[in-house]
Amino acid sequence: MLKYILNRLFHSVIVMFVISFIVFFIMFKAGDPVQLLLPPDATQQDVIEMRHALGIDQSFIKQYEAFLKNVAKGNLGNSFVYGQPALNVVFERLPATLELSVLAMIFSILFGIPLGIIASIKPKAWYSKVIMFLSLSGISVPIFWTGMILVLVFSVLLGWLPSSGRGEVYLFTSAFTWDGIKHLIMPVLTLSFFQLALILRLTRTGMMEVMMQDYIKLATAKGVPRRVVVYYHALKNSLIPLVTVIGIQFGQLVAFTIVTETIFAWPGTGKLIIDSIQNLDRPIVVAYLLIISFIFVAINFVVDVLYTFIDPRVRV
Amino acid sequence: MALLEVKNLKTYFFTRSGVIKSVDGTSFSIEKGEILGIVGESGAGKSITGFSILGLIDPPGKIVEGEINFDGRDLVKLSQDELQKIRGNEISIIFQDPQTSLNPVISIGKQLMETILYHRKGVSKKEAYNSCVEILKTVGLPAAEKRMKSYPHQLSGGMKQRVVIAMALLNNPKLLIADEPTTALDVTIQAQILYLMKKLSKDFHSALILITHDIAVVSQLCDKIAVMYAGRIVEYGSKEDVIFNPLHPYTKGLIECLPKLNDDKKRLYQIPGIMPSLLGLPEGCYFKDRCEFADEQCDVYPPRQEIDKRIVFCHKVK
Repeated sequence: MLKYILNRLFHSVIVMFVISFIVFFIMFKAGDPVQLLLPPDATQQDVIEMRHALGIDQSFIKQYEAFLKNVAKGNLGNSFVYGQPALNVVFERLPATLELSVLAMIFSILFGIPLGIIASIKPKAWYSKVIMFLSLSGISVPIFWTGMILVLVFSVLLGWLPSSGRGEVYLFTSAFTWDGIKHLIMPVLTLSFFQLALILRLTRTGMMEVMMQDYIKLATAKGVPRRVVVYYHALKNSLIPLVTVIGIQFGQLVAFTIVTETIFAWPGTGKLIIDSIQNLDRPIVVAYLLIISFIFVAINFVVDVLYTFIDPRVRV
Repeated sequence: MALLEVKNLKTYFFTRSGVIKSVDGTSFSIEKGEILGIVGESGAGKSITGFSILGLIDPPGKIVEGEINFDGRDLVKLSQDELQKIRGNEISIIFQDPQTSLNPVISIGKQLMETILYHRKGVSKKEAYNSCVEILKTVGLPAAEKRMKSYPHQLSGGMKQRVVIAMALLNNPKLLIADEPTTALDVTIQAQILYLMKKLSKDFHSALILITHDIAVVSQLCDKIAVMYAGRIVEYGSKEDVIFNPLHPYTKGLIECLPKLNDDKKRLYQIPGIMPSLLGLPEGCYFKDRCEFADEQCDVYPPRQEIDKRIVFCHKVK
């Protein structure tokens, strides 16, 4: 097990190294941030001084070398725009994004799996058909549309929910205050729709396949109650592919809250990364992508460990 | 009174391409401790007969007619909840393929123990565990305690089938249905498992319905034999009568197909043709197209005849 963890850690370091190189290179080629940072009436002398101060007047190799040296000291450089350490800027925004993605994922799992099971047990019943129709819309409707419709209905027409911002924040999250919760509802719903529909459909397909297996018939034949057959014997088997997908989707959620954060003016990393790319703020972009790839690696690790609990045939 | 009496059982499947009459008016009975063999080709309705007894027919299938009298109750009329109390308790079933019969993600011990715990209220986990270890030893599984913790993928096919048999016997059922229990196993293991089943059904005083396509198997184990063809029983009687003096041309054909020791023929006999599709059954006797004795008389389905305690459906038997 320890060997496995060290192995995975080593892999993730390589992955992050490669990512940093690619991002660094793309941002180097993308353009000169100084033009965007200085006022239009800045002199040539100002430009040269600023380029020197940011260290971007040197060759690509020199700059990357300096970056790696700093990384070894745990420093990803200062943001060109904010002037603060890039890591701090990203970490400041990360809780907002994480709370959105975690809550959206929990919501999707809590509703997706049971609804999927219900739709799989009696596929021809009217409620199964309604569930499947709604899930199809969940998959097909783009989230910026869902988000705007929610705003239109609940903020503009009914005036029940605030349309933007995080509200009152306590202990890094809005989920502990009533005002915060009101701000959370619509972004979380918007972010969940697709995930919920996906999890629902995967659960249904998996359950329908498993319910046809001999061991399910045998469980019934030995007198195990129906609900135990469905929620234990069958569900445990259909969870196996589901856990993989949920893991990948969670990474996606964290990385791509951009649209949702833009609609609801949510002060998370999604909005930060878009702004930073526009400003060619290289340290922030690199720091953000490194953190995101680390989250992906961590989730994959958790999924692998979870696997060994669900499926005895898998051993780490 | 017979332990199980199946009367005119009809199990149909209502599919898009038409009604499949998998079991179409089957009647037989089995006494306490008796072994009945149901023989026939694939698709003859043997397994569906077994599943019907336990109420395991899923839509689009349905028992449309008939009675299954078991120990004073008609199983056809019982609700799923009432059937659940009988399944695995009074009637157990063993499936054909041990590779797929056990849940791959639940330990052997749990799968065995739940069979006890859902039926016998007030039994502690410890007692259930001990019974399970005991029965694993009875079915000849080495290192029973260790096996309780194992998962199905850690066992060989023969070992899994022993576990499935153990599971079926746990609650000392009055009736055991074995649906081709050895078909998926190695030839060397087949004999062991069959011998074990016979021994255990005698030890546990359980009646046994052995469903198989292998007439050699039933000729060794069974007291009574029912031969099924295209959803109906064509011949039904004691083993001695059916094996040594078959009346129905189909039974004769089946026995003829077996290789014989003192035979120097190069090729084995085979019954010409194939069983008709259950969607397009011919008028009259279902076997007539493959039967060497068939004539225009066979265009009407043969009536039930009882000859020396044996039941046979054929115009040509007098």
